[in-house]
Amino acid sequence: MTSFPLQISRPIHPTGIWNWITTIDHKKIGILYGVSAFILFIIGGIEAMLMRAQLASSNLKIIDPELYNQLFTMHGTTMIFLAIMPMGAAFFNYLIPLQIGARDVAFPRLNAFSYWTFLAGAIILNASWFLGGAPNAGWFGYAPITGKAYNVGHGIDFWIISLQVLGIASLAAAFNFIVTIINMRAPGMTFSRLPVFTWMSFITAILLVLAFPVITVALIELQFDRFYGTNFFITSAGGNPILWQHLFWVFGHPEVYILILPAMGIVSEILPTFSKKPLFGYPVVILSGIIIGFMGWMVWSHHMFTVGLGPVANSVFALTTMAIAIPTGVKIFNWLGTLWKGSLTLNTPMLYAIGFILTFTIGGISGVMHSQAASDAQQQDTYFIVAHIHYVLFGGSLIAILGGIYYWFPKFTGRMYDEKMGKLGFYAFFIAMQITFFPMHFTGLNGMPRRIYTYGSEYGWDFWNLISTIGVLLLAISMVIFIYNIVSSWIGGEKASGDPWDARTLEWSISSPPPEYNFAVIPTIEYRDDWWEKKMLGKTSEEITSDDVHLPQPSYWPFIASLGLLIAGFGIILSIPVAILGASITMIGVYAWSFEPVNDPH
Amino acid sequence: MSEPNNHSTHEDTTTGLNHRKLLMWAFLGSDCMFFASLIATYLVYKGKSVTGPDPIDLFSIPVTSVSTFVLLMSSMSMVLAYAALTKGSLKGFRVWMLSTAIMGMTFLGFQVFEFRDFTVNEVKISCEENSPKYIELESKLSSKQKSDYKKQCADGIEEAHVEFGMTPRTNLFGTTFFVLTGFHGAHVTLGVIWLLSLFFYSFKRGAVSAERHLDVDLAALYWHFVDIVWIVIFTVVYLFGVYEGF
Amino acid sequence: MINEETSNHPTPKTYVLTALILSVLTAIEVGIFYITSLGYWMIPILAILSIGKFALVVMVYMHLKYETKLFTILFLSGLLLATAVVFALMILFRSF
Ligand SMILES: [Cu+2]
Repeated sequence: MTSFPLQISRPIHPTGIWNWITTIDHKKIGILYGVSAFILFIIGGIEAMLMRAQLASSNLKIIDPELYNQLFTMHGTTMIFLAIMPMGAAFFNYLIPLQIGARDVAFPRLNAFSYWTFLAGAIILNASWFLGGAPNAGWFGYAPITGKAYNVGHGIDFWIISLQVLGIASLAAAFNFIVTIINMRAPGMTFSRLPVFTWMSFITAILLVLAFPVITVALIELQFDRFYGTNFFITSAGGNPILWQHLFWVFGHPEVYILILPAMGIVSEILPTFSKKPLFGYPVVILSGIIIGFMGWMVWSHHMFTVGLGPVANSVFALTTMAIAIPTGVKIFNWLGTLWKGSLTLNTPMLYAIGFILTFTIGGISGVMHSQAASDAQQQDTYFIVAHIHYVLFGGSLIAILGGIYYWFPKFTGRMYDEKMGKLGFYAFFIAMQITFFPMHFTGLNGMPRRIYTYGSEYGWDFWNLISTIGVLLLAISMVIFIYNIVSSWIGGEKASGDPWDARTLEWSISSPPPEYNFAVIPTIEYRDDWWEKKMLGKTSEEITSDDVHLPQPSYWPFIASLGLLIAGFGIILSIPVAILGASITMIGVYAWSFEPVNDPH
Repeated sequence: MSEPNNHSTHEDTTTGLNHRKLLMWAFLGSDCMFFASLIATYLVYKGKSVTGPDPIDLFSIPVTSVSTFVLLMSSMSMVLAYAALTKGSLKGFRVWMLSTAIMGMTFLGFQVFEFRDFTVNEVKISCEENSPKYIELESKLSSKQKSDYKKQCADGIEEAHVEFGMTPRTNLFGTTFFVLTGFHGAHVTLGVIWLLSLFFYSFKRGAVSAERHLDVDLAALYWHFVDIVWIVIFTVVYLFGVYEGF
Repeated sequence: MINEETSNHPTPKTYVLTALILSVLTAIEVGIFYITSLGYWMIPILAILSIGKFALVVMVYMHLKYETKLFTILFLSGLLLATAVVFALMILFRSF
């Protein structure tokens, strides 16, 4: 069993940096994901602040146009792929095994590989700043401005390769969670008893494995055009840039549900807990989530209404887009129904969840507005779209994630956050957000195009732009409050009990933070909201410590395989021998990994 | 794992199914989307090339039919290897596994041969006035190829040999064809490596056995998938490609 | 049912028979290809033949017919979506 030549001894590092590098504990990986994503979120935020500074008033010359192009491209790519998606992954990692009563995910080493590969992708993308300039073609990188003829530097190459690497990370993680949710549920945890967050994560993972291959192919085609001179998007050879748009949005629209469904799951956990009521219409929430996931595939061309696909195509995609608003609206009524006549506790996570409903509804309404192909022709590529995307992603996904961080903070860290500061941070955040993004509806309808680095004073856009810029400053202050609260509470907050919120789902039935093995005894599930029902019936028992737990052991190989990808990523762009070296390291890592048993035989 | 009954694959999971097998099926569903995107690209660009050659100028259906047949038979050989293993015949497993890998390599050999053949393709065009072949190809030839033809004929020969090859850079057909079939070939290559690894691993005592048939099962699923992708490519790219009405 | 996963698999005889059918179908495909008089009918006929081959390999060689429905759902969700995307793009690009 142990004669494979690459076998090196198991890492045994109870603490320190090697412990984090070799860990395969889903909770630690969740923390790694969360902290890394938050740092990247701050980087993306700084990029946004620089842009807002430039736009504060007409004819400013703080940032030159080339840098401005790089900033908006990096801001969008960072926020979507390096901040919100991995923050979602942080919650998946930490919570899914706890919510379904498992001791880890189905493939613990693959999980570590996902994280390190995500980090590799993040490093490759951000290294572009120092290696000849960041990508500058916008986060959806439309052909032909990404082509070699119009974009000679390496920026786009870094963008392509980092997205490919991030794709590998996301796919690996999504396969892992699909198998985990199907196959690792505790006895009695049927799909009709599955917590809503886990359900939404499950739909997200399915969307991911179906959507990511499409962008992978689009990026391969672009990469081949740029690196090897093929003709996919070269118009002189008959290539059609519209194909890029189609492939990108076939991926891109499911992607927006990949970003929002976990947020909806988080809100669906917070609201019942602090309303002291079960989620109103659980089956309907699940069903509308499934319908959203399904219909998300039928609407992609609403991003392309002004391309000239013709009246039939535009009408079809307008109708499907309007239709997809229905299941989303249904969910909003379910959340309101949960609040209705509940005994509400308006603490920080609850405020964020209610804030989510408010702003997400506004974003949804502006979304329905540009589902009309005709009115979208006026809104396309204006700040109205920028307002919409920020209401649904910032005021939707991110606000729910911040609420989720507060809600599960005691579970993650074993300590309580500062409630007063939390509320202050929320109100600052919420108001600042409206000040920042609401005026963009006005500038957009007044015709201000997105992605311009400056504008003349004669257009009359000065006032609302200044308001937006002031809003961003307030947002930064609110984020400082948030970070201060989290950091200081993590270090010195008061100790949290296992179930500080008198909550409903399984993760609250164990101590905070959970022991390495999660559940001393795998629970048997009898109800939806099993923990709550058992508390009501007085059926909870004292935890028994069990010594019969075999946890998967740490491993070097996932980290080494990802390291190889990092090296190969740089190599493909800069030097082929380095790429071969990186690919070989990954090969060795994967080979050794597949010959290393999950657990050494005792 | 100590249980000798090779029919029992019940696992200690919620569904009783094996984690890895579940992952493999989810992966294959996902890989469908990968090939669909490549095939869609090929199809929407079909007939949109600005210059030749076109599929009809290059494809040799009899040759590709043979390599298609070889890949189909490798699927049979693969499933027989698996069946032999579950019956406890390690020798049978090795024989069929090696033959599967060899057929896979044969398919790849055909592909390399075909790719090379396409890049060095030539057409013979007679030098007579209004040669029918020249008229047929005129719209497909690049200006360089045309002047080459005229230069050759100016020397007074009867038939000119005009370079009419295709690389991924030549035209849209070349781009989409090579990338689609190339990625299929990459899948086959990975499969061959996997199969050979299992073959050599089986010489280690107990490494490949009836109880551990799942290791082979997963490789087999992947291998059959590569085969069915080729079934689609053969019809859509090759047969429809040469058929003018499509 | 599940723990008899491999016991209800077909015998090698079925596998060889399937290979025979696959070969015959391929031969018919290539044969039909040379019957130019079929005109446009060739496309649906060839499509049906290759769908048949596809289904045979998936159901018999990949054992999908003999195993849990869950595998079928996982695979078909990808396959059907993939097919839909190909056709949608062809319609949008007016390839028909
Ligand atoms: Cu969309």
